[in-house]
Amino acid sequence: MNANPLTRSDPRWLRALLIALTVLFLGLFLILPLATVFLEALRKGVGAYFASFRDPAARSAIRLTLLTAGIAVPCNLAFGLVASWAIAKFEFKGKSMLITLIDLPFAVSPVISGLIYVLMFGAQGWFGPWLAAHHVHIIFAVPGIVLATIFVTFPFVARELIPLMQEQDTDEEYAAISLGASGWQTFWRVTLPNVKWALLYGVVLCNARAMGEFGAVSVVSGHIRGLTNTMPLHVEILYNEYNFVAAFAVASLLALLALATLIAKTALESRIRTGAQAVEPLEMETIA
Amino acid sequence: MSIEARNISKTFGDFHALRNVTLKVNDGELVALLGPSGSGKTTLLRIIAGLEEADADPSSAILFHGEDVSASRAGQRRVGFVFQHYALFRNMTVFDNIAFGLRVRPRRQRPTESAIRKKVEELLHLIHLRELAPRFPSQLSGGQRQRVALARALAIEPRVLLLDEPFGALDAKVRHGLRRWLRRLHDEIHVTSLLVTHDQEEALEVADRVAVMRDGRIEQEGTPEEVYHRPNSEFVMDFMGNVNLFHGRIESGKAVFGSLVLDHAGAKVPDGQGARLFVRPFDLDISRQQNGLPGMKARVTRVQLAGAQVRIELSSESGETLQVEMPHSRFRERAVAPSDDVFVTLQDSRIFLEEQTHRGEVS
Repeated sequence: MNANPLTRSDPRWLRALLIALTVLFLGLFLILPLATVFLEALRKGVGAYFASFRDPAARSAIRLTLLTAGIAVPCNLAFGLVASWAIAKFEFKGKSMLITLIDLPFAVSPVISGLIYVLMFGAQGWFGPWLAAHHVHIIFAVPGIVLATIFVTFPFVARELIPLMQEQDTDEEYAAISLGASGWQTFWRVTLPNVKWALLYGVVLCNARAMGEFGAVSVVSGHIRGLTNTMPLHVEILYNEYNFVAAFAVASLLALLALATLIAKTALESRIRTGAQAVEPLEMETIA
Repeated sequence: MSIEARNISKTFGDFHALRNVTLKVNDGELVALLGPSGSGKTTLLRIIAGLEEADADPSSAILFHGEDVSASRAGQRRVGFVFQHYALFRNMTVFDNIAFGLRVRPRRQRPTESAIRKKVEELLHLIHLRELAPRFPSQLSGGQRQRVALARALAIEPRVLLLDEPFGALDAKVRHGLRRWLRRLHDEIHVTSLLVTHDQEEALEVADRVAVMRDGRIEQEGTPEEVYHRPNSEFVMDFMGNVNLFHGRIESGKAVFGSLVLDHAGAKVPDGQGARLFVRPFDLDISRQQNGLPGMKARVTRVQLAGAQVRIELSSESGETLQVEMPHSRFRERAVAPSDDVFVTLQDSRIFLEEQTHRGEVS
């Protein structure tokens, strides 16, 4: 490892100060609140903590969150693969426009994302009358929640894959094709294995966001207890009802998800890095 | 299995990569496509492989052994393609890389796993890398990777072998070893091969025939001896190696380059016609006195003794830099040193008329 030349010349006190400030800041704004979640959840003991999950409304919220993530993540996995393939391997007009568009959900406030769907599918929306006539419920129902979640989470997989696929160019695919592999075989045997860690990384982030999304889902959900409440929404309702133990108990599940995501993310990052880096060949040329 | 490309053109937007190129590689031959970057050689190779499509033209065709393959996809043409940057599958071992082409065959044509194993082991033996079968490409040196790429291409028993700058990314020493090995391999297995390179030394050493490309056209085609000793244009002469260039003109049947006057045989040329004289460094000699041979005065500026040949740099009366190469034995007889005044004499040279030199530059 090359040491940063600055670390050697900087005075000791400055280093100590900067490190202390960083730790203090992290402690105050990240670790303390996180600890509070678990402390509050366990304030009335382990029994009360687990009792919170026996509430049918809590169970339904957990089920809905799992269902939503279970639909949104595979959708965005497929979309991310298709989009990154198109962007990395083909040249076409409007490509940079497409890349910008993929980032749109990051730029737009989640509340707006939710509102878009209300304006489209709500009772007064563009498709509202038609949907009502055909008895299709999207807003204030599960489909709306899934749609809003897909919208909010769709950049995650694509954004991880695009730079990696661009860097890997198309030679390996051409080699596979020239060796007689079909397009499908080339995808499964060459393209996909080359991006698998980045793909998994994108999926982990996508899943974390899908399960934790509040704003967009809140707008389209209607907060019908036992029907259209996801975990984040359920936490809010419980909190507003001064049911702190239950609120923090459900919140602790989301916090655990976040921790698991962090660990997975760190592990995957090192996999991606070692995968991308070519090990320096040690072998001498041995040729007659 | 012969390869024939007929009337192939290819444009990328406004850029003409290939302009009506026709090339034939005979059965068992190794032909080098030689040219500077952007001359269209790689494009031609990729079109032959089916990785790129030629511009639509009813007269154009790609023939393998007389059979038109233009309509078939790359995978159906059974070509072995070797890429400049190896393009090994990074997620597979050396063994799996070589076996790939056999394993992706449709079930009915696929050899059994034990037959595949046998074939891969034969190929590993051929490329002298038996012990590296379980390694991943990232654990190999550049030369080893390229040999694996070659074995992978040979595994499908290709009808023709196409190599795109196969040694371009390797350092000089490995490159030399590998291209001699490739030539020996070719003599052993006799697969019709087309090799793209920008390195004239490589083309001359490895190939049976060389096609020199420039601006999407084949400038000259012939044996290495022909293109080297009888270049048909200034471009080919220059591209084939170091040359000394003199500007002059034709006057009453003689080519005049300053104090140097040469006979100019051949077609009648009007007086005043511009001409250029090309002389290889080893076709120049140095003498202390004028010895009757055509020559000119010059002053030695630099003597470089390291290497197989002695390289001497001189400055002519008109200030042009001349390069002379000679064996060490002859240099010891000449015994010249920097700042000596000497005569530079010509043993062999080629004269190109100005009109001729502009050929091929019209875009």
